[in-house]
Amino acid sequence: MAPIPQYLRDMQVEIQGYADEFGLDYFTQIFEMLDYREMCEIASYGGFPVRYPHWRFGMEYDHMIKSHTYGLSKVYELVINTDPCYAYLLEGNSSVDQKLVMAHVYGHNDFFKNNNYFSRTDGRMIDVMANSASRVRRYMDRHGVSAVESFIDVCLSLDNLIDPWAPFRDRAHDSGGEAGEDEGANGRLRNVRGYLEDYVNPPAFIAEQQEKAKAEKEASKRKVPVQPERDVLGFLISHAPLESWEADVLGIIREEAYYFLPQMQTKIMNEGWASYWHSRIMTERAMTASEVIDYADVVSSVFATAPGQLNPYKLGVELVRDIEDRWNKGQFGAEWEACDDIEEKMRWNKELGLGQKKIFEVRKLYNDVTFVDEFFTLDFCRRQKFFTFTQNRRSGELEIETREFEKVKSKMLSQLTNFGQPFIYVVDANYLNRGELLLGHRHEGEDLKLDYARDTLRNMERIWRRPVSILSVVDDKPKRIRYDGSEVTISDETTAFTA
Amino acid sequence: MISRIDKDHSRFREIVRGKIRDNLRKYISRGDMTARKGKDTVSIPMPSIDIPRFTLGGGGQSGVGQGDGEPGDPVGQGEEGEGEGAGKAGEGEGSKTLEVDVTLDELAAILGEELGLPRIEPKGTESLHTNKDRYVSLRSTGPESLRSFKATFKRALKRQLASGTYMPNKPIITPVREDKRYRSWRTDPKPQSNAVIIYMMDVSGSMGDEQKEIVRIESFWIDTWLRSQYQGLESRYIIHDATAREVERDTFFRTRESGGTMISSAYKVCADLIEKEFPPSNWNIYAFHFSDGDNWSVDDTSTCVSLLKDTLIPACNQFGYGQVESPYGSGQFIKDIRAAFPSNEKLVTSEITGKDDIMDSIKEFLKGGR
Repeated sequence: MAPIPQYLRDMQVEIQGYADEFGLDYFTQIFEMLDYREMCEIASYGGFPVRYPHWRFGMEYDHMIKSHTYGLSKVYELVINTDPCYAYLLEGNSSVDQKLVMAHVYGHNDFFKNNNYFSRTDGRMIDVMANSASRVRRYMDRHGVSAVESFIDVCLSLDNLIDPWAPFRDRAHDSGGEAGEDEGANGRLRNVRGYLEDYVNPPAFIAEQQEKAKAEKEASKRKVPVQPERDVLGFLISHAPLESWEADVLGIIREEAYYFLPQMQTKIMNEGWASYWHSRIMTERAMTASEVIDYADVVSSVFATAPGQLNPYKLGVELVRDIEDRWNKGQFGAEWEACDDIEEKMRWNKELGLGQKKIFEVRKLYNDVTFVDEFFTLDFCRRQKFFTFTQNRRSGELEIETREFEKVKSKMLSQLTNFGQPFIYVVDANYLNRGELLLGHRHEGEDLKLDYARDTLRNMERIWRRPVSILSVVDDKPKRIRYDGSEVTISDETTAFTA
Repeated sequence: MISRIDKDHSRFREIVRGKIRDNLRKYISRGDMTARKGKDTVSIPMPSIDIPRFTLGGGGQSGVGQGDGEPGDPVGQGEEGEGEGAGKAGEGEGSKTLEVDVTLDELAAILGEELGLPRIEPKGTESLHTNKDRYVSLRSTGPESLRSFKATFKRALKRQLASGTYMPNKPIITPVREDKRYRSWRTDPKPQSNAVIIYMMDVSGSMGDEQKEIVRIESFWIDTWLRSQYQGLESRYIIHDATAREVERDTFFRTRESGGTMISSAYKVCADLIEKEFPPSNWNIYAFHFSDGDNWSVDDTSTCVSLLKDTLIPACNQFGYGQVESPYGSGQFIKDIRAAFPSNEKLVTSEITGKDDIMDSIKEFLKGGR
């Protein structure tokens, strides 16, 4: 790792000037120069120079070095969400590449600082990770490398079971804040005619109702968790029979999962925003005439679309541009929606010039789901030629399914919801009154991958040390998958889990 | 200092090795390893080295794409994302089956550990060396034909700059004798192979594709192991039905001939080959013969036995006979030679009934450590 040479420092000053001019608001930006091995190393660690030892980083590295060596892909740029914000430049890139990367990084940096979903992440995550790394190393010295490493495997297997809203909730409000709403009613049925009171709510009935409510309340008090809990990792840390080092390791994994969460929630927006800014900074300010061809070459590969996948850079940048354009021309609001004359819509331009203001607002308030939900319009979908594809059951090949706007949009949203992960809750920690753990999968149309679910249950059992089950739906039938420490069984259930 | 990633990387390699060891029997009996062979490495598909999670995707694949086309048109699988911004936190995009490249040496080591194979003590001969010259450095004298223009030019330029005779307007560089540099070489001894494997295979009508597949897989592993034991190793291939000839490697594994079987013909060719090219005093010779054991006549079998006794067995470090079970063969030959050589350590016989036996058969052949 090396500080950047003088010419790049000059370049940074220049680009930063443009960022200021355009009104970007960023953390202090630090660039460092890496050769490609170091780049692959740091990229395997997710951008952090020091993380706990684990083989999967080695696997990432293996993969990256190979694709780099064979020229399949190249890590151009790496930026992490910290304050100050660190970004790495690849040694040997041409100066137009470096300029482009810098401009792009300022876009990300502004996004990290201003987007609400990032507001709860720790700006000193580099230190946090380095500290946890040294604790993990200490555990490895004490308990053996493979014991700790295989426990990390177990924890990682559960690291998507977190509650995206937890960082935004007050802890105090979290536990037992909900006072019974219908307490005042005392189990009485609604009665508007006072003289009928004794008939509608006879005393014996009232007593019975009150008894019932009390019993229910008692039961729910004993029930852990009171309501289905999405922060499965957090629940396990406080309730599973873990040794102290195990609880600490699980805590480390959980902390990192929460740290990386906003990046998964805003992939399209974040890349779109950064691409929008590199494009404006480069084409309007930083690029010289001799660099046009090289710039176009790089950008065309960044924005390239392939039929079978969604390119977040492309989708993001096009949406940002579309929003800017619409708000500049005033193509929004009730009047616009009500208009169904296509000619008029084409010509529609109220010259409001609100585009810039709007996109800055969007980058502050939205995440991928709300972003697509609100701004992915019929026109946009047509113009950008979106479609859904599905696997042909007979040939096994992927085929274009439809170009219908509603279907495309709902497919896209369902893939983005909960960043494509299933909704899993802890339902009961004392299932069947035998100390078994019961999880629930809220089925949203797509089944769990069964072989993975089995292996994950095994890992869950390793932590809970009692049989573990998950309620789910397989081929439209409610099922319960259970692992009792020796074998996995799947049994029928009467109702599907809902939360 | 060993960097952190190197440690993690070697942990990963260890896990991969462990997986290979656990599944060695499966890999060995599956023929596709031989097809996946590169120059010095084999790439092994490893389906399940990722971390299981609760994920969606019970049904078929589906998603949203972008581009031209009508409903019903096929969608090409997108290449893996390229461009900027890789190395975001998300790992495990999609399910890439992992292909792990393992060097043949590593594979041989795993095989050795797993089967408990002893290392081979080479025959007393010092291994033969040839010398090879490599141009690696520069010196100030030498023939003009070896003059290094670049180095000479650089020195001349430096001298002229230092002495102030360099004129930027008229940059003519004139080397004098002290500037001249010549390429110089180092002589490295290059060990020459002193081991040879002679494979013989029966390609008569009774040997079917499955039998040949077994022979191919088994010889691949024998090759891998012996190669790890000797620097440079020669392989020769002989096929026979009623007559025998030496062939190329490809032919050896592909040819399907038909006709009768006279094993002695192969042994004769083998004996000739040894006599002409591989004097036993200097060479470690390994001979392997695969057949379905259905020899033409009793006479021929006795010719074989005498050839083995007089020539082949004394010349070879080891002579291996592998009999592949075939629905057509009588399987008599193995009984005959076992009877003829009841206790000769150099002759190893092994019966292979199917692909699952390959591993045991390899062990049988190589456990002697000769």
